[in-house]
Amino acid sequence: MARLVVLVGTRKGLFVLGADRRRRAWSIEGPHFLGETVNHAVLDPRDGRTIVAAVKAGHLGPTVYRSRDRGKRWEEAKAPPAFAKAADGKGESVSHVFWLTPGPAGEKDRWYAGTSPAGLFVSDDAGRHWAGIEGFNGHPDRRKWIGPPEDAPPDGNTLHSLNVDPFDPDHFYIGLSAGGVFETRDRGATWTPLNAGCAAGFLPDPDAAYGHDPHCVRVHPTARDVVYQQNHCGIYRLDRAKARWTRIGENMPKDVGDIGFPLVLHPRDARTAWVFPMDGTTVWPRVPIGGKPAAYVTRDAGKSWRRQDRGLPSAHGWFTVKRQAMTCDALDPLGLYFGTTGGEVWCSFDEGESWQCLCLHLPEIYSVEAALAA
Amino acid sequence: MKVLLPSPLAGYTAGRREVQAQGATIREVLDDLDRRYPGIRFRMIDEQDAVRPHIRIFVNREKAASLAQGLAPGDEVLVVAALSGG
Repeated sequence: MARLVVLVGTRKGLFVLGADRRRRAWSIEGPHFLGETVNHAVLDPRDGRTIVAAVKAGHLGPTVYRSRDRGKRWEEAKAPPAFAKAADGKGESVSHVFWLTPGPAGEKDRWYAGTSPAGLFVSDDAGRHWAGIEGFNGHPDRRKWIGPPEDAPPDGNTLHSLNVDPFDPDHFYIGLSAGGVFETRDRGATWTPLNAGCAAGFLPDPDAAYGHDPHCVRVHPTARDVVYQQNHCGIYRLDRAKARWTRIGENMPKDVGDIGFPLVLHPRDARTAWVFPMDGTTVWPRVPIGGKPAAYVTRDAGKSWRRQDRGLPSAHGWFTVKRQAMTCDALDPLGLYFGTTGGEVWCSFDEGESWQCLCLHLPEIYSVEAALAA
Repeated sequence: MKVLLPSPLAGYTAGRREVQAQGATIREVLDDLDRRYPGIRFRMIDEQDAVRPHIRIFVNREKAASLAQGLAPGDEVLVVAALSGG
């Protein structure tokens, strides 16, 4: 029987939580890459065995590892993601690989990677060799989209939320922080900004075409053309045919607001999504509002939201949940998982109605991914 | 010639901190190191041929001026992982 695996990428290594499909008895295995930052680690849903991990040590350059046996043995990329060398030596260099996305079901061993500074890369051998997608990396407007390095977020400008349209393998969505949401319909050869309707309170032009700050963009895996976004300035839903985002976060309680980092979609119900709000007032503390952590769920595509905090700390819960650190499994009822900057992994096996702590004392958690292993 | 490596790179050399490499410049020595220990160069030198921010290279205990710096037989190359965060 397939085993449930939860990959937890942290500032100091990768941890692998495992359970059977009943999700009762859990094991923890690792750390892999102790002392190195693992921004993202993903199990390939196409084979249930291959894991690709984005790794960087404090002293050393970024790299990617892959395992063909669910983490027993690791092999480093022969050609990690790297920008093209500039003739004058003044080109960019990848600081870290931030996001990994397996390719579509019909393209075995294809993977995509997003980096900081914002770059897009592809591998056709499950992460062993990577090549830049020059339609993005070399786009004449890319520098305008992402802005100058001095305007970038603290960890640098980043390409994240790389979603391949499950109904069209040529169609991708990406998020640039900052820069906005962009899409391509030709596998990255050409790009179009997709930010109409999104607020960007930090830009002088309220109707700017780009420059926005999507924190997490999710494309629904089974409902065609349904996209959700947790943005720096609110929660949005996009019916792709309309090409304009609707701020569904306006329906969140006013004393909570609609600021946060992660967003999770129910894989079997396009009207259900979860967010984990953070304090976006005053100096933007980016911690649970009032120190009272809670997920919020919508069951009606954002028309209404309901608080889900049973089992979570009722006070003095001051952690942050990063954009890659909340996810779901595919079981029924759906399991939800999130990791905190305080090294805790929390889970719910009743679609958020109650939460329990799965483990404590890990390093700062950057990413959480759940999948069924073969 | 002798090349001394910091502990973060020892994973590439089966734990050895002192290895041998050949070359008439630092660049050539690093290229030879990468042939012997695939992947090691990219973790010290980025894709623009710049030494990474927390790596320092010394020749006979003097900081190297550039990757083009010439080397003589018997020189000792020292790679240091400088202080980097917590």
